[in-house]
Amino acid sequence: MLDESAELSVSITQIVQRLKGTHLHSQLEKQAKECLHKPEIKLETLKDDVRRLLKASGMTCLPPPRHPRAPPEHTKEPLAYMRKAQVNWEKRILKSLNSMCTELGIPLARKRPVPEQNELTNKWNEMGTDEPDLSKFRPVYAPKDFLEVLVGLKNPNNERSEDLTVRSHWGLIQVSLNVRDIPQTREMYPELGLTYGQLGIDDHTHVPPDLFESEHIHIGKKVVSEHDSAAAQQYSRQGCPTGLRAQLWSLILNTTDDPEAITHYEQLKARVIHHDLLVDNLIYKDVKLTASNDDYYFVFEDYLYQVLLCFSRDTAVLEHFNYNCATPPKSCIQSKSGSEQCAVVYPPNGVIPFHGFSMYVAPLCFLYNEPSKLYSVFREMYIRYFFRLHSLTNPLCVLSLCLQFERLLQTHLPQLFYHLREIGAQPLRIAFKWIVRAFSGYLSTDQLLLLWDRILGYDSLEIVAVLAAAVFAFRAENLMEVTSLASAEAVLADLSTLKVMPLLQIFLFATSV
Amino acid sequence: VTNLPSQQTAGHKGGRSCIRYRCGLTNTIQDVLNQRPGWVEVKDDGEWDLNWCDVGWLRENFDHSYMEEHVRICHFRNHYELTRKNLMVKNLKRYRKTLEREAGRLEASKCDFFPCTFVLPSEYHIFVEEFKRSPGSTWIMKPVSVYSSDGSRSEEQKDEAQVESYVAQRYIENPYLIAGRKFDLRVYVLVTSYIALKAWLYRDGFARFSNTRFSLSSIDDQYVHLTNVAVQKTSPDYDPEKGCKWQMQQLRQYLTAKHGFETVQTLFKEIDNIFIRSLLSVQKTIINDKHCFELYGYDILLDQDLKPWLIEVNASPSLTASSQEDYDLKYRLLEDTLHIVDMEGRLTGKEKRVGVFDLMWNDGPVHMDVGLEALGSSCLVANTHLGCVNDRQKQLQQLLKPFPGQKRT
Repeated sequence: MLDESAELSVSITQIVQRLKGTHLHSQLEKQAKECLHKPEIKLETLKDDVRRLLKASGMTCLPPPRHPRAPPEHTKEPLAYMRKAQVNWEKRILKSLNSMCTELGIPLARKRPVPEQNELTNKWNEMGTDEPDLSKFRPVYAPKDFLEVLVGLKNPNNERSEDLTVRSHWGLIQVSLNVRDIPQTREMYPELGLTYGQLGIDDHTHVPPDLFESEHIHIGKKVVSEHDSAAAQQYSRQGCPTGLRAQLWSLILNTTDDPEAITHYEQLKARVIHHDLLVDNLIYKDVKLTASNDDYYFVFEDYLYQVLLCFSRDTAVLEHFNYNCATPPKSCIQSKSGSEQCAVVYPPNGVIPFHGFSMYVAPLCFLYNEPSKLYSVFREMYIRYFFRLHSLTNPLCVLSLCLQFERLLQTHLPQLFYHLREIGAQPLRIAFKWIVRAFSGYLSTDQLLLLWDRILGYDSLEIVAVLAAAVFAFRAENLMEVTSLASAEAVLADLSTLKVMPLLQIFLFATSV
Repeated sequence: VTNLPSQQTAGHKGGRSCIRYRCGLTNTIQDVLNQRPGWVEVKDDGEWDLNWCDVGWLRENFDHSYMEEHVRICHFRNHYELTRKNLMVKNLKRYRKTLEREAGRLEASKCDFFPCTFVLPSEYHIFVEEFKRSPGSTWIMKPVSVYSSDGSRSEEQKDEAQVESYVAQRYIENPYLIAGRKFDLRVYVLVTSYIALKAWLYRDGFARFSNTRFSLSSIDDQYVHLTNVAVQKTSPDYDPEKGCKWQMQQLRQYLTAKHGFETVQTLFKEIDNIFIRSLLSVQKTIINDKHCFELYGYDILLDQDLKPWLIEVNASPSLTASSQEDYDLKYRLLEDTLHIVDMEGRLTGKEKRVGVFDLMWNDGPVHMDVGLEALGSSCLVANTHLGCVNDRQKQLQQLLKPFPGQKRT
């Protein structure tokens, strides 16, 4: 293990490396050069003076991009059995993808002939009008397949008795990870407390706007005009006003409109035009099956293709594997000479889409409609948050969210949990699909965006697990009366009328602990 | 049904406990009337208290019917002054002229929400002049469907109607697109009286999307441009399971996210303006009758500058539901309409909101009740909330006394 100071200098070097060539770097350089001309500068204290003046000029340091140290495999995920499970899971999905490829006789990648390239360029803004024959394609996996993997995870050193006691865990997840309980969650989310104003509660029609809403919007405008990323993140904890949300999220995620981003997107688009990938069909199918069938997201079908097809080809996404303990899938392709096979990452971004994947993008279409902007925001959200929802990764991933959900339920609604367990309706079986999608497609859009405000504001997905438990708490009365998994699912089938913030607030702050 | 004697309640209308209705349509309205406590259907020649008729029945029977004071019917005798395009244009142009004379050009320009329209064949020559003056412009020919010289059919029956004349209307070439698709808005306005004008605006409505992507080059593709669900249904692309509607709330949120709160506020104010001006323009032509009320379906189109345009007013908006969600919306719409018509005499007449309806105009603009903090400020806020949230159940529970014979739940 590296010691503290060496770790720090590694981090700093990496940050500097990352910043080089970005717009921010040239701005800093420019500002620093200007400072040099100021009379206060003395040669002896050059470094400090420049630093001081930079600060005074308003160039405060943006929170560094989350760039944890690049550790070797074992520091990414210290538990051997977790690593093994991840590797096995990856093998499975890769096998599934390859066998589909062999079965259908379709190459993993192929260069498009020029007429096809031209056709696609013309149709770029309306790819949704295409109706390719997708019947032969099936999604590589669905969330419930992944759930089975999670359920099967067991620490081989831990002997678990089969007895159901008060002290045992009643849920499906069998690993013991450290997850927060309600008192700890309260400490983590103080701004959701009863004494703080919230968008999603205090902007209700009955509440006079002077109490909270007007002032909050006023502050939001200030935050946006000052381009203050850290402030935007803090602000977002109490919700983003609809009219400011797009800019605030952009600030928090550090996505800009600068030419680099646009160029990058255009390059990706060019890659889509030149090459056809097998996974493209999976994307088409997913969009047609999920987003296109949604009452609200169907309109954005074309945007989803424009984002997801480019996303598949974006090798910059591979960087997130530095802190994701998954490894990007590799497939063998013939080299140009035809004699060798070499393993390349496939798809180029290392992410095999699964059933429902397009729902990560769909809500963002409400906020952004310039393709490069929409793309940047989505990509950033993926490499910070969404990847955790379908891989086993430290410190927070879908596994710990599931466990947290189950523990919260068992601790605070034991009667309900026991009842559901007895009728064969393990709560996680119902809640898992919500968690994997961070509730996209299950909540109404305005409520979903209020939830995602808090994910960004607290830089954590934990709130998804808490909400899942809060939903069960809300419908507890009805759930106590059901007698089968099917009827439990029916009670929880429609979440479109739920108001997210009151549910969370009641569960966290108005439940006796 | 219990036979309670009809009660005289504190309301200014005589409240009745057993209400006989006649219904000429077989869709959502049937269910709403059927399920209303204390309402009984009468058929054929039976005496009725409320008649939900179609315009055909109206045309044939209105003039010969004697209606007691309390009786209500769901159309105005000559509603077509508002709904037939050639008459609407005539009335609006005349109203605009009057407005310009009396209040100046600025005020009159508030009537410029109707795309330039000429009635054919009578205005053929002026149309040709205008056509030549704007080279490259596109015009859409719309039939004015009539049934033996007066009246207009309901939306469902339009394809069977006989066409007597056409209007040529300037086509809006730069519609506002969402994700490349054109859409129009359907908004519901309830008028309970023309003199003095009393109009209610329903908060919910929807945006209807065209299934295909908009482009002027596909002008021949009739399915691209016409967004009425009824027309979309015949498009080969159409998938009824998909549904191509957004709730008004959804649209309002989307636009607010894109353009900011103030811009969208202004847009919706301009939309209000369309309702009010169009109704005022026919106020003196429509034969007012205290027995009549009418639920209009307004079709509004937005252009890229976020200017709203009036496309059409329907006196018999489609009440057939295309999905469960649609059914629920239309059910609540009709239920609230009947609450306002108030055969049961439960309202005081001073209400500014009933269910999802907000009182928009009551012989003058209606403003929201202001709280104590705002007293003294000169800021008056209009009482319209199109696309805004509503807590209908709660509001109705607080507002309405239970039906006669029903206990409050």
